[in-house]
Amino acid sequence: MKNSPVKTIVSIGIGAALFFVLGRFVAIPSPVPNTSICIQYGLLAFMAVLFGPLAGALIGLIGHFLIDLSWGYGIWWSWVICSGIFGLLMGFAGKKIRLEDGTFGGKEIAIFNIAQVIAHLICWVVVAPILDIVMYAEPANKVFLQGLVGGVSNIVTTAIVGTLLCIAYAASKPKKGSLKEEK
Amino acid sequence: MKDTTEREPIIEFRDFGFQYNAQAEPTLKGIDLQIRKGEKVLIAGPSGCGKSTLAHCINGLIPFAYRGTITGSVTVRGRETQDLSIFALSRTVGTVLQDSDGQFIGLTVAEDIAFALENDCVQEPELHDRVLRAAGAVGIDSHLLNAPDQLSGGQKQRVAMAGVMVDDVEVFLFDEPLANLDPATGKSAMELIDEIHDRTGAAVIIIEHRLEDVLHRSMDRIVLMNEGRIIADTDPDTLLSGELLRSHGIREPLYVTALKYAGVRVTPELKPSSIRSLRLGPEEKQKVLDWYRRTPPSPAPPPRPVLLKAEDVTFSYDGRRETLSHISLEIFRGESLAIVGTNGAGKSTFSKVVCGFEKPQSGTLCFTGLDWPSLSLKERADHVGYVMQNPNQMISKPMIFDEVAMGLRNRNVPEEEIRPRVEQALKTCGLWPFRNWPVSALSFGQKKRVTIASILVLEPEIIILDEPTAGQDYRHYTEIMEFLRELNARGVTVVMITHDMHLMLEYADRSVVFSQGRVIADDSSAAILTDPDLVRRASLKETSLYGLALLCGIDEPKEFVRRFIDFEREAYRS
Amino acid sequence: MRNIFNYVDRPSPIHRLTGATKLVCLLLWSFAAMSTYDTRLLVFLTLLSLVLFALSRIRFSDVSFLVSFMAAFMVLNNVLIFVFSPQHGVTLYGSSHPLLSLGGQYVITREQLFYHLNLVLKYFATIPIVLLFVCTTNPSEFAASLNRIGIKYTVAYSVALALRYIPDIQKNYHEISQAQQARGIEMSRKQNLVKRLKSAAAILIPLILSSMDRIEVVSNAMELRGFGKGKKRTWYMGRPFRPADILAMVFCALLLAAAIALNVLNGGRFWNPFR
Repeated sequence: MKNSPVKTIVSIGIGAALFFVLGRFVAIPSPVPNTSICIQYGLLAFMAVLFGPLAGALIGLIGHFLIDLSWGYGIWWSWVICSGIFGLLMGFAGKKIRLEDGTFGGKEIAIFNIAQVIAHLICWVVVAPILDIVMYAEPANKVFLQGLVGGVSNIVTTAIVGTLLCIAYAASKPKKGSLKEEK
Repeated sequence: MKDTTEREPIIEFRDFGFQYNAQAEPTLKGIDLQIRKGEKVLIAGPSGCGKSTLAHCINGLIPFAYRGTITGSVTVRGRETQDLSIFALSRTVGTVLQDSDGQFIGLTVAEDIAFALENDCVQEPELHDRVLRAAGAVGIDSHLLNAPDQLSGGQKQRVAMAGVMVDDVEVFLFDEPLANLDPATGKSAMELIDEIHDRTGAAVIIIEHRLEDVLHRSMDRIVLMNEGRIIADTDPDTLLSGELLRSHGIREPLYVTALKYAGVRVTPELKPSSIRSLRLGPEEKQKVLDWYRRTPPSPAPPPRPVLLKAEDVTFSYDGRRETLSHISLEIFRGESLAIVGTNGAGKSTFSKVVCGFEKPQSGTLCFTGLDWPSLSLKERADHVGYVMQNPNQMISKPMIFDEVAMGLRNRNVPEEEIRPRVEQALKTCGLWPFRNWPVSALSFGQKKRVTIASILVLEPEIIILDEPTAGQDYRHYTEIMEFLRELNARGVTVVMITHDMHLMLEYADRSVVFSQGRVIADDSSAAILTDPDLVRRASLKETSLYGLALLCGIDEPKEFVRRFIDFEREAYRS
Repeated sequence: MRNIFNYVDRPSPIHRLTGATKLVCLLLWSFAAMSTYDTRLLVFLTLLSLVLFALSRIRFSDVSFLVSFMAAFMVLNNVLIFVFSPQHGVTLYGSSHPLLSLGGQYVITREQLFYHLNLVLKYFATIPIVLLFVCTTNPSEFAASLNRIGIKYTVAYSVALALRYIPDIQKNYHEISQAQQARGIEMSRKQNLVKRLKSAAAILIPLILSSMDRIEVVSNAMELRGFGKGKKRTWYMGRPFRPADILAMVFCALLLAAAIALNVLNGGRFWNPFR
């Protein structure tokens, strides 16, 4: 069934709220001291695949914007924009995956992960550093390395958390078929 | 009662049927129903009978949000709903959904009430005026700037009512208005609905299966549904006099059941629709009295050893307001205990403190034979298991077996030991036939059992359940509770957090009443529910059996209630 | 948890401006501060933002938590820049005045220090304004403001929904996490990274699947109350513009214009005192 426009709006609102809560309050300790891992990108990839590019882009933009706003360190626009782009790209990739029907097997896992790796690399290793240089005139080698570290860590979390979420969602869709009670 | 049969119909179903696109069978079949101006109609039926689908057909969610095939006709004010839009319908029919959190869309009370007006482009100052008027009508005008998390369940429901009252609708549609309310709040909700009905003259349609609680205020008609059809459409007194309710999985009021046990022939002339309207002649009263005398008194419960003891426990979330203050409480081995009280009384917080989710600021917890304070959260869970209200918030594995095995696997139990333990838990919970199914194929009640199995597999001595029967109809309620009783009979101590009075009366040996962070009573459920003062303070409702006992001149209402419960239990078993 | 965005309800001239005005000013101001590296303008913006801060009657204690967090972020970022590119200032300003050598390429130059000074000034020029926006804008006014500056009301409302459901979701997360921890889920450093992420998923899956049900209920509730019926809607919390609002927006537009003009005059984004 095609989502109604209102449902898309609600999925953006609730998706952004989830993105915010995961990004702001759920700290998973990472191997590097004092840094934690962003699991919200696994969620964003899942929501974008399910609800499409517009929803994906806005969940990323709004969610990340609110996180920055709540920390009070100013809004780091370049990264906010990249969260939006990541959601957008995953939304387009989602057109190849029929997650709402409950199909998420080997083929879909491959598409999902290839797409997320490419999307993360575009966002964090290409677009974000360039924006940082253009907008904030930061040194190139620093921002590219930052982007690479962030990108790789996001790829790992999306690969695990995002894939598991998609599998769990697909499994939660009741399927017609012949389930029999066993003695 | 006013005669409403002469008035013109607002809603009219004629040989109506509906089948969801995803389903193989029609959900509604051959529906003929009229709702007239200013009527009050209760639509009752067990889960899956089609009553919610019928509501969707009235407010336009069908066909505009859920797709399917319509046969026959349904008109609102003479026009087919299919030719209107969900927006046009919402001007005639105002819907109050069951989930008052889901319905609360605005950031504050005022914004939520204004929501429909904003969508209608109503301008200032009319916008503020109308919000204030609607808020006043439901008595929420002193909370206009509050956020939803600062409101109780009953207050949220009032906001939802105000939110549909801002448009002058002609029909109020309430989807299970009592589902999330404690008994006293449910009672005042019914009074408020009645008041709004009198003031606005709008028709009221209530979808509920808690018949006795709805009938706290009079209804013109009850429409009984089952399996997608209308079984009966008649006035409450007539319906309560027959056997239709029972045979279609709806619980009749307790006093009606008691009258039937006593051999009283219930007829519409007795006015059985409410305990207050009930008219009993001397002959009927004598029959009840005789039944009471010949029913044996219930045996005293056996003495049990203390298993867990809380002493002077105080807890606060924010360091200012004490959510629990100086709680002292004992839980005995093998008992089944109900913890009751309003939202925010501290009953859930108490169980979280027991489980170790939250640390008390002062006071001690002792678990017989264990050094309780030194145990970690995970270690405590080996002794006290906690089952959340909504099974969907606990289940994280697609397959039933894996879900139940999760706790053991996280404890590094060897796989060859896991299999027999999981299988045993599945058998205990009646899930053995489904052991190879995905969780998604299960009903809500079965999912609940999966979550119970996933806790039982850790073999705790105590299992705490938060609202074990929330959202369940009578049949599922009985299934779950009989299952818990069996579990209890096997020696597991069962603690239930609830505001369901039937549950505490029928399935708890003992009830503890929380109010504003304190324990205000600790007694048998029958004693608590027949004590008017306590009932008021705990936001409960007296059981109607108490009213019946008084009506028949029984001087020990508490004992009457006890005997009734025992009698009914025997009747259920045989 | 309503106050996650630290809104301080205390009347002041800044509070009286509409949310839309403050949003426009925030955007104009931060673009001005972002585009320029002209030290003179940055100093002016910094001083001005401190004045505005005083005017808003926000106390330092209201924001001390945020400020300490931000200070840590700023120090970390500066250190990283120096570690990775100690000669960045030299490249930018085209001259080199060494002050102290730390060995290898790590020579502290006046240019590098001046670059860092500008970087820090940029923080000081923007952060008070962001804090000011956060502390003086009622979250309820936020969606109305977005709609006022031309964003479609449906999209603007999704922001309001996010603000509405953040506390609910946070509470759900907390409860689910407690129940799962009791079943032995661990996220501490004792576990390896992959295990930790899988544990996180065990909490996230129930949280997110139950949120999917929530989406359905909320969108039904909104449609039943007429959301999406017209091209426009009104806002209960919206307020009309007053002269002060117009004045504030014009002033901030001039700031952005000044920043752009200086970029043209300086022949680039950097004001170069070394030339």
